Amino acid sequence: MSARDNHGTAPPWGDEFQVIGKRHRKVDGLAKATGQAVYTDDIALPGMLHAKTLRSPHAHARILSIDTTRAEALPGVHAVITGASMPIKYGVIPWTPDENALATDRVRFIGDEVAAVAAVDEDTANAAIELIDVEYEPLYSYTDPNESLERHDPAIHEGNKHGNVSKHVELEFGDVEGALDGADVVVENDFFFHGSTHTAIEPHCAVAQWSQDTSAEGLLTVWSSTQISHYVHRALARVLELPETRIRVIQPNLGGAFGGKSDPFSLEFCVAKLSMLTGRPVKMLWTREEIFYAHRGRHPMHMHYRSGATSDGKLVGSDAKILIDGGSYSSFGLVTTYYSGQLLTGPVDIPNYRFNSTRVFTNKPPCGPKRGHGSVQPRFAFEIQLDELACALDIDPIDFRRKNWQGEHTKTVNGQRITSNGFMTCLDEAERESQWKERRGKLADGRGLGVAGSMYISGTNYPIYPNDMPQAGIQIKVDRSGLVTIFTGGNDIGQGSNSVVAYLVAEELGVEVADVRVVAADTDLCPVDLGAYSSRVTFMVGNAAIDAARKLRKQVVESVAKHWEIAEAGIRMGGGVVLDLADAERTMGVREAFQLAEADHDTLGSTGSYNTPELGGDYRGGTIGASPAYSFTAHVAEVTVDRETGRITCDEVWVAHDCGRALNPMLVAGQMEGSVYMGVAEALLEEHDVNRFGLHSGPSLLDYRIPTTLDTPKINSLIVESVDPEGPYGAKEAGEGPLHSVIPAISNAVYDAVGIRLRHLPFTPAKVLRALAELESDQTVEQS
Amino acid sequence: MRVLELKINGDRVEVAAPDHWTLLEVLRYRLGLTGSKQGCDKGDCGACTVLVDGKPELSCLKLAALSEGAEITTIEGLLPLHLQAGGTGPDPVQDAFDRCGALQCGFCQPGMMLSARALLNECHSPSQAEIKKALSGNLCRCTGYTQIIEAVELAIAERVGAKNS
Repeated sequence: MSARDNHGTAPPWGDEFQVIGKRHRKVDGLAKATGQAVYTDDIALPGMLHAKTLRSPHAHARILSIDTTRAEALPGVHAVITGASMPIKYGVIPWTPDENALATDRVRFIGDEVAAVAAVDEDTANAAIELIDVEYEPLYSYTDPNESLERHDPAIHEGNKHGNVSKHVELEFGDVEGALDGADVVVENDFFFHGSTHTAIEPHCAVAQWSQDTSAEGLLTVWSSTQISHYVHRALARVLELPETRIRVIQPNLGGAFGGKSDPFSLEFCVAKLSMLTGRPVKMLWTREEIFYAHRGRHPMHMHYRSGATSDGKLVGSDAKILIDGGSYSSFGLVTTYYSGQLLTGPVDIPNYRFNSTRVFTNKPPCGPKRGHGSVQPRFAFEIQLDELACALDIDPIDFRRKNWQGEHTKTVNGQRITSNGFMTCLDEAERESQWKERRGKLADGRGLGVAGSMYISGTNYPIYPNDMPQAGIQIKVDRSGLVTIFTGGNDIGQGSNSVVAYLVAEELGVEVADVRVVAADTDLCPVDLGAYSSRVTFMVGNAAIDAARKLRKQVVESVAKHWEIAEAGIRMGGGVVLDLADAERTMGVREAFQLAEADHDTLGSTGSYNTPELGGDYRGGTIGASPAYSFTAHVAEVTVDRETGRITCDEVWVAHDCGRALNPMLVAGQMEGSVYMGVAEALLEEHDVNRFGLHSGPSLLDYRIPTTLDTPKINSLIVESVDPEGPYGAKEAGEGPLHSVIPAISNAVYDAVGIRLRHLPFTPAKVLRALAELESDQTVEQS
Repeated sequence: MRVLELKINGDRVEVAAPDHWTLLEVLRYRLGLTGSKQGCDKGDCGACTVLVDGKPELSCLKLAALSEGAEITTIEGLLPLHLQAGGTGPDPVQDAFDRCGALQCGFCQPGMMLSARALLNECHSPSQAEIKKALSGNLCRCTGYTQIIEAVELAIAERVGAKNS
């Protein structure tokens, strides 16, 4: 069976799933509940040193000299490193390697890493950092992206072909101008999506231990709070100039990521280098303030949209111009720039579509992928425009979306293949559960309902570095004790991917979930998986797990059939027991079945993999945004606007999400609720605000206001199952899609509540009061 | 540096630590009780919450030297305490968190569960509003709190059910 073969969506043992679709505990839940689960900072190795980073106080400066003599002389200091010790550049996207582990000749944002110290303890390392003398020549710094478009001297990255432009993409599908000329109603507005950041509660941490072995280079083990161990592995090899065989990367339990632990980070290289220099284990734990500067969060986007529809409610076209503030490095920016346009073309059909997106460098903390990478911002603008068109045409905004639904098993205007599409059911569910028809427009003054919809990828065809190997691999060991062990390179970042592979394999092999162990994210032990990003893990690793388990299942069934002298079709396995369908008296435990199979087939083990089919539009960039399946979401938000204070409260959210099939509905609901919470926070509370000096306005969990239990609305999760033909038993993603459209749904609800359109995030009381005052003065002018 | 005598999870321990160390530092770096997490080190996130004489406190803001004499309970103490009290398996709060999907990344949850445990010790059947208030000092970034609140409500319902049956 090849990796691209489809495993089907049916239960493997007859009519009903035994494990899939039911609530189960997570495989690591109780370890986390009891405090036993080990996270990176929980690791303490004998003789371990502690490292700290010296960061730039300038937004943009040339480094003239660095003198580490005084730091090195401090008792307790074991090593001091600067950019000179690791001059090779890297970047998560192989085409844009523009980062150094430590700055070599230039710093590009306040917080850029300049030097690192390993010492006996954190206090000594912190004291040593203060003793490093750096001479800077400050350079002109850019904090306004518009300026980076116009001005290229000084360039933030010398030698960059396009001055301070990081990436430009311009694509047109159909005839946008013609379509908008023929439209009965056209809306045209500016939108702004602010920056926001991940704030996983676990700070970034890495531990390295270099040990001498029989090789000349030794063996380097790096434990890191990364969500993509494979890329960290590759980047370490490149920068440290070591063969990949000399490096082992392990991701311990991870305390949240949301995209913020996707890039290789300075600390991973620094602990590795410091361990190699000192011959001792080294740990670096970033402070909360450092993480706000390391960032890689949501890109601020300045967006201009023009969309039109005919009087009978058909959308005819949309035109977008987007300026993306990338911060100081490329990170995933090439993909961000494409995603800002490529992922908008469903679930509403846009017959004619154009986007013109430009990402520029500024001297601010680098932006990167945050939950809903690159597509949350354009979705915000577009879904408000759909609301405006519906209102202008006096069509219910839910009906307007129904009229323009793209359908299932179709192609988007930009050539992306759509398979399953449960968006209509999402609209129905959100409409019914929110009592939309009964309540919209009839609530008391200041209260309103708004709707919006979205789609998102379940993994991407674009594997970041081009190769023909599988995107996901799995190995399974079946033991004569009855135990099943899964080895996966997939990164469980809290979303429960280790549990998901355990459920899938338990279903296939008919064993209890408790008898499945998962060994994950250790590059020495596990086959390669590309990591936890682009909502790819359930779809891709899940398919690989079924692929591997099915091969073993075949061997086990074959052996039991031979033993009982019956046909293979007469055998059922489930809950750890093998049954003879024709003879209710005859059963055996899986332990015995595994032993029969081991006797017949030798030591039991299998591999499985998944790779994407050939997908994507036939044009440059056409594979970026191509996914084997798309999830769909509809949100209805209910808000209260206080006309006195300008404060918006989001009271309740109904989120209907098409996840294909809910492998464990409890985990799916958890992803939906977490997504909604994060989206509501971006709309109303959070702002990653960097001022004109390049300083963060509040780099703490007090000033950067993430919601508490008291700020989070009531969230109603409505799971929709379209059963995707290619997903593992029909599953698609659930971790990112359900964030997108809650933000425009809130804006649309505010319009319903008080008649103002909020197009600039976040929706602060000041903006609300200003918009209310403008509305009032417009009405006064109209009346006079 | 001074030698401290602390009472942690029912044990009396002597530990040497610098004067300025917090209780969190002593727990994590001297005693290996790494279940208490450091999320901000400033008292903002609540991940380091422990019980001091039954009340939730932020161990990152509390000097270890000022913790002498108090009964300190960390997340590692809940299961053994439950067993000592004649229970089986984990503390009902821990079990409910697991059964409700409240443990995504799990990093904030030791603090969250201890805040919940303190609430349940104080109040027999708190309302949802009381639960939200009691947990409002513990930030979670994964769950949107929904399944956490469900878990606390489940633990309460089962306790009430057990008492009534």
